[in-house]
Amino acid sequence: MDQLQLSEMVEKYLRGELSRAEKIAFEEMRMNDPELDQMVVEYHAFLDQIENYGAIRRFKSNLYDTHQTLQEDGVIKELRIRGSARIVNLWGRYRRVVAVAASIAGITALFISGMISVFSPKTPLRDIEELRRKVSSLERQSSTQRVELNKFKNKIEPGASVKFGGTGFMIDPKGFMVTSAHVLKDAKKVYVQNENGEDFLAEIIHLDPSSDIALLKINDLDFKATKQLPYGFTKTSTDLSAPVYTLGYPKDEIVYNEGYLSAKSGLDGDTLSYQLAISANPGNSGGPVLNKNGEVIGILNARQASASGVVFATKSKNIFQLIESLKDTESDEHVRIHNASSIKGVDRMQQVKKVQDYVYMVKVVLN
Amino acid sequence: MSITDQEKEVFKAIGVNDKDAIESVYKDNFSLIQHFVLYNNGSEDDARDIFQEAMIVLYEKSKLPDFVLTCQIKTYLYSVCRRLWLKKLQQNRRIESQVENFDQIVPVEDDLEEHEKLNKQYLIMRTAMGKIGEPCKSLIEAFYVHHKNMHEIADFFGYTNADNAKNQKYKCLVRLKKLFFAQYKNA
Repeated sequence: MDQLQLSEMVEKYLRGELSRAEKIAFEEMRMNDPELDQMVVEYHAFLDQIENYGAIRRFKSNLYDTHQTLQEDGVIKELRIRGSARIVNLWGRYRRVVAVAASIAGITALFISGMISVFSPKTPLRDIEELRRKVSSLERQSSTQRVELNKFKNKIEPGASVKFGGTGFMIDPKGFMVTSAHVLKDAKKVYVQNENGEDFLAEIIHLDPSSDIALLKINDLDFKATKQLPYGFTKTSTDLSAPVYTLGYPKDEIVYNEGYLSAKSGLDGDTLSYQLAISANPGNSGGPVLNKNGEVIGILNARQASASGVVFATKSKNIFQLIESLKDTESDEHVRIHNASSIKGVDRMQQVKKVQDYVYMVKVVLN
Repeated sequence: MSITDQEKEVFKAIGVNDKDAIESVYKDNFSLIQHFVLYNNGSEDDARDIFQEAMIVLYEKSKLPDFVLTCQIKTYLYSVCRRLWLKKLQQNRRIESQVENFDQIVPVEDDLEEHEKLNKQYLIMRTAMGKIGEPCKSLIEAFYVHHKNMHEIADFFGYTNADNAKNQKYKCLVRLKKLFFAQYKNA
């Protein structure tokens, strides 16, 4: 009997799936062979453990679901009891100290910002080229043709024309996605299109020009939320020379590119961004930059006009900050970012296959 | 306080992971625990974590053939939560002179010691699972956590037949066993 058969036998024995005769034969074998007996004992302990593990996992998932349902039904609610009372108390006690500290901080801040504006080098704004794509009429035509070929209803009204395009990707499978803020400049309406050519109407939830991130929510009945994203998000800084890859829509079809992290800061020491050596074209703006573990490290947003192959991406840390800052203001819009990547250790081709379903073309309608 | 037959039934149902039983216990008890934790320096998330851990203790107890519940589920859960929360406060050195009481309590120290042991084993298994890598992890989980049969697994993971999947599962299991016992024997 080889190991595989033996282990199968042991498993069946422990689950009580053996016939009477088999069981007797097996027990006799155990009696005569202490080594086998030892193995059965060990195997038994192990299988118990793994069964327990499975049972607890199932129980936990039930608990999680129950909590979610009860919360949605309003049976259980979040309470805030202590927080406000305590803050009032502290405020009363430290009002004067806070006032003094605030005025000192204010004066210092004014002084420093004055110093900075006097001494900082004037950077030519033209040196950076934002990678949003102007959609020409020819391309527009081809895209409508494609939509018709695929038999999807074209949702964009006939009168309106798509003027600019970029890339966006999901951060929460409920339909929240991010793209570059500049892609949505002057946007009247935003549509996102998936890999299959289906259009969804999206709503701009928030624009943050300083970090160049925009948060979108797909508001479309045809959109079906999925359970989990394949990729994760990292808050920590990525190392120099780390290999990275990106997906985007510089044309009407998804395009893959790879490169490496060439500097930990962006143009003129901008610490909100990374500098990458990767090939990117107009339309790539807003695309995810992923590391080898399938974790998003940034959002691609611009390239240097005066040099070739120098591309910038805003760090993923900024996504977290944006979500954090929205927590208080948007009480009904809860974006939950799931940090862990489920495609870690999977080869690149498979990673891309999974990731591309969550990378969308962003189409901006101006009028 | 005596315990009704209905309570006993619910308690037994918890042990077989019955969704309705879980929901009814959740509905009846969560708010009390939530109040307790929030009034004693905890957050919304703390309340949820503590309550769910207490539910797991209840589940573990319910599975034991010789455990007899001698008080109401409510009292038991509250006692467990109170103990768990006190311990957490102590760990974080946030202990206040007294924790406000909301309900009567029963001694649960021994039960919790048992739970701690099981939880440790659970965590070792979880770590081992994290280390075996893909596709092993998904394969083992499909079989032991989600109770899929070998045909479904072969289909899902793209093996040509159930025997191939079985073979692969066996290889994964051997690796998992090695990883698990390496940790388990140290602990």
